[in-house]
Amino acid sequence: MIELTLNGKKQAVDAEGDMPVLWALRDVLGLTGTKFGCGQAQCGACTILIDGVPSRSCQTTLADVAGRNVITIEGANGKVAEAVINAWVSLDVPQCGYCQSGQVMATIALLSENKKPSDADIDAALSGNLCRCATYQRIRAAVHEAARALA
Amino acid sequence: MLKTLFETASPSRRGFLMGATAFAGGLMVGLAPRGAVAQAGGQNPFQGYVAIAPDGVVTIYSAHMDMGQGIYHGIATLLNEELGADWRQIRVEGGSGNPKLFGNLAWGGVMQGTGGSTGTGSSFERYRRAGALARQMLVNAAAAEWKVPAAEIKIENGTLSHGARKAGFGEFAAKAAALPPPADVKLKDASEWRYIGKDRAVLGKFDSRAKSTGRQDYTIDVKLPGLLTAVMIHPPRFGAKVKSFDAAKAKAMKGVVDVVQIPRGIAVVADNMWRALKAREAVSVQWDETGAETRSSSDLMASYRAAAAQPGKAIATDKGDLTKGFASAAKVLEATYEFPYLAHAALEPLNAVARIENGVVEVWGGHQMPDVYQMAAAQVAGVTPDKVKMHVMKTGGGFGRRAVIDADIITEAVGVSKAIGGKPVRVQWTREDDTRGGRYRPAYVHRLKAGLDASGNITAWQNHVVGQSIVAGTPFAAGMVKNGVDATSVEGAQHLPYALPAMKVELTTTDVGVPVLWWRAVGSTHTAYAVEAFLDELAEAAGKDPVEFRLAMLKDSPRHAQVLKLAAEKADWGKPLPAGRFRGVALAESFGTVVAQVVEVSVQGKAPRVHRVVCALDCGIAVNPDNVRAQIEGGIGFGLGAILKSKLTLDKGAIVEGNFDTYEVLRMEDMPQVEVHILPSTNKPSGVGEPGVPPIGPAVANAFYAATKRRIRALPFNRPENA
Ligand code: FES
Ligand code: FES
Repeated sequence: MIELTLNGKKQAVDAEGDMPVLWALRDVLGLTGTKFGCGQAQCGACTILIDGVPSRSCQTTLADVAGRNVITIEGANGKVAEAVINAWVSLDVPQCGYCQSGQVMATIALLSENKKPSDADIDAALSGNLCRCATYQRIRAAVHEAARALA
Repeated sequence: MLKTLFETASPSRRGFLMGATAFAGGLMVGLAPRGAVAQAGGQNPFQGYVAIAPDGVVTIYSAHMDMGQGIYHGIATLLNEELGADWRQIRVEGGSGNPKLFGNLAWGGVMQGTGGSTGTGSSFERYRRAGALARQMLVNAAAAEWKVPAAEIKIENGTLSHGARKAGFGEFAAKAAALPPPADVKLKDASEWRYIGKDRAVLGKFDSRAKSTGRQDYTIDVKLPGLLTAVMIHPPRFGAKVKSFDAAKAKAMKGVVDVVQIPRGIAVVADNMWRALKAREAVSVQWDETGAETRSSSDLMASYRAAAAQPGKAIATDKGDLTKGFASAAKVLEATYEFPYLAHAALEPLNAVARIENGVVEVWGGHQMPDVYQMAAAQVAGVTPDKVKMHVMKTGGGFGRRAVIDADIITEAVGVSKAIGGKPVRVQWTREDDTRGGRYRPAYVHRLKAGLDASGNITAWQNHVVGQSIVAGTPFAAGMVKNGVDATSVEGAQHLPYALPAMKVELTTTDVGVPVLWWRAVGSTHTAYAVEAFLDELAEAAGKDPVEFRLAMLKDSPRHAQVLKLAAEKADWGKPLPAGRFRGVALAESFGTVVAQVVEVSVQGKAPRVHRVVCALDCGIAVNPDNVRAQIEGGIGFGLGAILKSKLTLDKGAIVEGNFDTYEVLRMEDMPQVEVHILPSTNKPSGVGEPGVPPIGPAVANAFYAATKRRIRALPFNRPENA
């Protein structure tokens, strides 16, 4: 049994400590908003926030998050999250949408640290978040829009 | 069984009158004709295009699956243009199990399918008609009840009204179903459209919020009681078979349910993905490689180059006098282009869910060809097709990978479920399984040769395409292979919009044990590169401007000329650029849509950096213009990533690349600024999901040449030979 704070609530997870958080979320807890794209920290689809830091849940074990504060897309709320999601919706960013949980989480982390990211900041923060539908142009615009809305 | 499907299905337009019926206490429009292949599962909800429930919910059944191209949104737009429901009442689900209703009209209506950028075109008439019919029936029911003329009743945002009287759709759904449907309905004139052709401000995509908040479910998210997860062990070389395997250790591991052999390999079944993955490591398999492909990419390409230098085995185009054309040439140019195998690499790795209960098989997946998969599932499970129910899921991308005639992932899911007593199971490939699992854009070599006269006009054009056939050996071959020419191998090269006095296109189809498939934009992913990059070489040799050079040959292709001019104008073609920036242009028609792109690049290290892409296109009526733009942006990104860095390498029959560290794709920092200009049109919609892809490669190659005087003739750009 491993205990952590998940989306603001205490959560005990009955699974092996070496299980990646991705599979614990999806298969044990039924939280499927976090996606599997590569399993090797190569795509960003599984991005979650651990103590506010964007992390690849496919390469983070359950034991690693014991006692930590984990936020998934299901628990993404608050001012920054809302601004990001609203920008995503108003620009119709998603195509298939599969990468977008990860994109949104990575963007929430970026805007929580950097109120007015430049294009280069966005490239650096989101380079590891692949979008095979190539919605990158809209993601970039949505990051700027969310930053404006928060200013 | 598949063959029977193709033979017995008859074009749906003949003998099909749209009807209506009562359904679940509401109204269903688009009734199936008798004799359609039904699906299991009690009252079949998939017999219509739209159902209106007593609570007013409008459920539209889409003939096409949505892999991100936005067809659910497009179909809802078409239907609701006529129906007038409140958008908040509308749901879209995947229809299936009835080829007469959902058959793709671009494929003669014989089977349901998503592909070839045909969704909007095939849906344009039928879904508007279904919406109009449903509307008229609701109006008739209200007219009867309110005792007023039908013509005086209005429908707006899901409300029927006459003067002060108002009612929701739900109130009249059952009553409408009890009335005889009108024989015909009149569709709105284009001038009356409220949604079709309107921008995001009027009608944003209805699934954007779900997809931005993790609430959209894909196949990987299907939840069923007792659902198990299986991971596969596939042969490392294509064509190898299991000789024997030892799963004793794996079976003893925590959570492992079983390890079973099915025709496509070994499946490790566990109660969750992590345990299945760990147990997979513990299984050892001996392979029988007697029939396996054992060649490497280098062997294949050498043999392709040799074949390209010989006359082609089949002739796709032969017009004018080639010999005379070359004899009269002042200059003859030749070039050979090479294209690697490519993986679709959709972000959701391939998967499907199956369950067999009480003799009924259910399959959840990205059913791009549900009728084919229904047959395949029935065959594997040993039941008749009417005992198979297909649940069409949205998928995390696709790009063609989920339209597989041999129904690979579907047969795996059904096969594994059958092997474990029908228990519900998801077969989930990993990224590496997906990259190495076959069904690639084939590798090709193109050899081009052309003559130019003293004034720089083309006198003769010859193109020899060498590579595997996508449709050979499938039921599509009957319609798509003519005189030994697979249309998908030469599309984009066989017919050119340019006036050429003599033209010969040859094809040599190769026999390689690597399974291949359509990959977003199919043949044009390589033909357009070869044709448009070679044209740039010719323009230079002719001393002409690349846009002028093309326009001079487009006198009989006014659509193409118009699109090219628009792109050139919007990109300020011919005007000076900042130092270090260079332009390139390309034009390609695919899936009925004409696309021109002008790119601006600079050079970073040895590679092009693409800053801006100006794209003009004629796709007929743009039903959702912003989605057209999104598809073109996405197509450009998809094509750009491929030409810059994607390739699969065959090493003695095994694929070397596995994850995204080796199979490289476009990233945020590689994405250019894309501007899309849609030509106004009153023609029926043509494709947009794929046509954005073909021009980007050659446009970048041509700009890169302008910058460096180096022609990139073997893709991708980042291969060591290009450095
Ligand atoms: S699934 Fe974790 S980074 Fe791709
Ligand atoms: S929207 Fe499809 S992968 Fe990003």
